[in-house]
Amino acid sequence: MVDGERLLIIIPAFNEAASIGDVVGEIRGELPAADVLVVDDGSTDHTAAVAITAGARVARLPYNLGVGGAMRLGYRYAHDHDYDAAVQVDADGQHDPRYVPKLVDLLGDHDLVIGARFAGEGEYTVRGPRRWAMAVLSLVLSGLAGTTLTDTTSGFRAANRRMIEMFAHWYPVEYLGDTVETLVHAARRGYRIQQVPVAMRRRMAGTPSHSPTRAMIYLGRALAVLTLALIRR
Amino acid sequence: MKLTLVTGLTGLLLLATIVELLRRRQLREKYGMLWLGLLFVVIPLSLFPRLLDGVADLLGVASGVSLVLFLGIVFLLLVCIHLSWEVSALEEETRTLAEEFALLRAEVEAERTERAEWTRRLDRTEVVSRDG
Repeated sequence: MVDGERLLIIIPAFNEAASIGDVVGEIRGELPAADVLVVDDGSTDHTAAVAITAGARVARLPYNLGVGGAMRLGYRYAHDHDYDAAVQVDADGQHDPRYVPKLVDLLGDHDLVIGARFAGEGEYTVRGPRRWAMAVLSLVLSGLAGTTLTDTTSGFRAANRRMIEMFAHWYPVEYLGDTVETLVHAARRGYRIQQVPVAMRRRMAGTPSHSPTRAMIYLGRALAVLTLALIRR
Repeated sequence: MKLTLVTGLTGLLLLATIVELLRRRQLREKYGMLWLGLLFVVIPLSLFPRLLDGVADLLGVASGVSLVLFLGIVFLLLVCIHLSWEVSALEEETRTLAEEFALLRAEVEAERTERAEWTRRLDRTEVVSRDG
């Protein structure tokens, strides 16, 4: 990281009181120079209070908007407060903040840097329809972006000023819009995208779903989102 | 004759409903005008169902009543699509408002904490100067 650059860590959180304190604490320990903004997406638990106690700034949405709404708010905050870079991190603790400098370092030559699983580092495997969906997504998006993207649905991303400006004004609110559609949109408009291999950790709270029906539904929705994103202006 | 009475009365009842809603300002004018315009077509038709037979013949539809049914369904579908579109636009507006509101609240809270910090510091210096 270049000294003197202002960095904002954006954490969208919906009912994450169990893990948000540790996540914020760890980030502040690893990255003392960065500001942490927790976007409380209409939580009904103590997410906001826990985050404030842990030393984060908190923006509280009056009701649940979904990840897309929370993220646009985060980027608007970054835009309004003139940050040089913004990194979005999940509230469940699966993203290791020690990778943040690695992501931010690449922001000079790239507008959007994605922390990606399956790119050599760490162990993370998926099977069945979920895997097919990810394969199709990464194939199409890699082609669009002109670079290899193995983990298109990763919520671990760093954005520079140009990207923040775009996300502050345009950020889709629909399912997978925050990951797939933003990538299509950015790649088409000539923003430079790059991925960095990262190891994901186990979530501190909550469990990922493994039901085959859910995986099929995921495949269908992912393909629908991708098709729509491709035919949209 | 009975049928004409039923359809005619239904049409008039709908007309009264729309006018009343408009009178109480519970319906936006654009929708009120839309439904009123429709009723001015539907009421004459309910009284004289044969009116459209000529047009139906021209389009190859067996009877004017079938044509009315077809046009009615198309019209209702268009209205539904329009309403979905309006709801999407409204959702986008409320979303923007919610974000704006959250930003302002964060701003206000940050300022309040800062001011509280300042007041505390001022109080302390006052105490110190009084002691000294």
